[in-house]
Amino acid sequence: MNEAVLATERPFGWTQRLICLYGIVWRESLRFLHQRERFISALVRPMVWLFIFAAGFRQTLGVSIMPPYDTYVLYEVYITPGLIAMIQLFNGMQSSLSMVYDREMGSMRMLLVSPAPRWFLLTSKLIAGAAVSILQVYAFLVVAYFWEIEPPTWWGYLTVLPALALSGLMLGALGMLLSSLIRQLENFAGVMNFVIFPMFFASSALYPLWRVQQGSPWLATVCALNPFTYSVELIRFAFYQQVNWLALAVVAGCTVVFLGGAVIAYDPARGMLMRRGG
Amino acid sequence: MTAFAEATPKATISALSVENVSHTYGARVALNDVSFAIAPASFTVLLGLNGAGKSTLFSVITHLYVSRSGTVSIFGRDVARESGAALARLGVVFQQRTLDPDLSVAQNLAYHGALHGLGRRETRARGAIQLARVGLADRASDKARFLSGGQMRRVEIARSLLHSPRMLLLDEPTAGLDIKARAGILEVVRGLVADQGIGVLWATHLVDEIRDDDHVIVLHRGRVLADGSSRSIISATGARSIGEAFTSLTGGDEEGGER
Repeated sequence: MNEAVLATERPFGWTQRLICLYGIVWRESLRFLHQRERFISALVRPMVWLFIFAAGFRQTLGVSIMPPYDTYVLYEVYITPGLIAMIQLFNGMQSSLSMVYDREMGSMRMLLVSPAPRWFLLTSKLIAGAAVSILQVYAFLVVAYFWEIEPPTWWGYLTVLPALALSGLMLGALGMLLSSLIRQLENFAGVMNFVIFPMFFASSALYPLWRVQQGSPWLATVCALNPFTYSVELIRFAFYQQVNWLALAVVAGCTVVFLGGAVIAYDPARGMLMRRGG
Repeated sequence: MTAFAEATPKATISALSVENVSHTYGARVALNDVSFAIAPASFTVLLGLNGAGKSTLFSVITHLYVSRSGTVSIFGRDVARESGAALARLGVVFQQRTLDPDLSVAQNLAYHGALHGLGRRETRARGAIQLARVGLADRASDKARFLSGGQMRRVEIARSLLHSPRMLLLDEPTAGLDIKARAGILEVVRGLVADQGIGVLWATHLVDEIRDDDHVIVLHRGRVLADGSSRSIISATGARSIGEAFTSLTGGDEEGGER
């Protein structure tokens, strides 16, 4: 290859964009595989909930027949979709942390000097994060299988995939939007307290909404307004080869809103980067 | 104006042109009507203390954000309006280390190639050429974390050249390196100007990196105080060296930041 060939100009078309998307997903997955502690903690966290919390509450909390379940289910079975969504919530927030970290370290800037449009770069980053969260979820599902938590048929493992993809995108987009608002790295503790915990607890992840309604109507309202609830329900139904259309609409809508917000926040001509200085 | 720039022969288009760029953060003025042009195949030093506005200028040139007023173009392409075309012509070495320490040198290069739309095989071929250029042809499969500071910088330079930019931006590339590594980096980059005809903007606060025939732009408190060859700046200020000239231009300020 000589210098003349090297210097040839090329338009940045869809082929280049696909290469770019592939490169971002590849790097994110590779980084994830290298960070073994992150993988292990992503796996251990839901396992603690499943083996200890759910086992402890097994006798206390019975779950009556409600869609998509057509029989009584164990509490472990009930909270599994919530734990799957929790994996994705943590991953989404962790990618948000890594974006703040990346920005400080300059590799975010490296990403943003690509000739691809910025919305495309941010979307690619989001897809990469969702892909990593799906890897984590399937690893957890393998463990859950040996704990006798499985979909009614093997097809459930396949039908849950689009739900995971969409929910991973929504939670990643939320994280990305937050990352443009977080000023310092240390504030991830704040993200835990003010985003992850409230979203997880005020949702249908740990208890069915009708039960919450009996105990505290206002909390039930909060849960019903929490987008995370719809991630959980979308996954719950998809695992049973069903579609919860309301959840699908809410999750898709929130993804668009959060991603739109992030694109605005990262827009070169306005948004947070400019106000803060580089 | 753009049409005119397109019509003129390539040789007269500036590699980098900064026109009347101003930027503020709230009430603080970071860049105040900054204008300069850099010719292709020239080595230009952007000389300024910390806080002079170099980082803001680099952010604007690399399209991290758009300045409040003024235009920046790279080979006639407006960074704000034709950012894709402009960025495709630009290579950047940031001050911060931006290699992924857990990935190998080749993997780091592959990621960058993909960001610029280069396929796997092509990136590998180009990467081999550029690594050889910076003298690290044998380190492609090593993890980045096992490289020395100077070697990391060289890899970052090789990486910034992967997509064959005609303009290269380096933000304090020798910061934190020892004398030998600094000289090595400087030699590599000067070679790019001489052999490859790449336009280079080299930001630094170290005057000993400047040669007499270098183009020097002195940036201080967001304003351009001098713009010309090092020799002409020295004679215009009646100083004996560029260091002395810089001190007399900036009034011996120790602080370069806001007033």
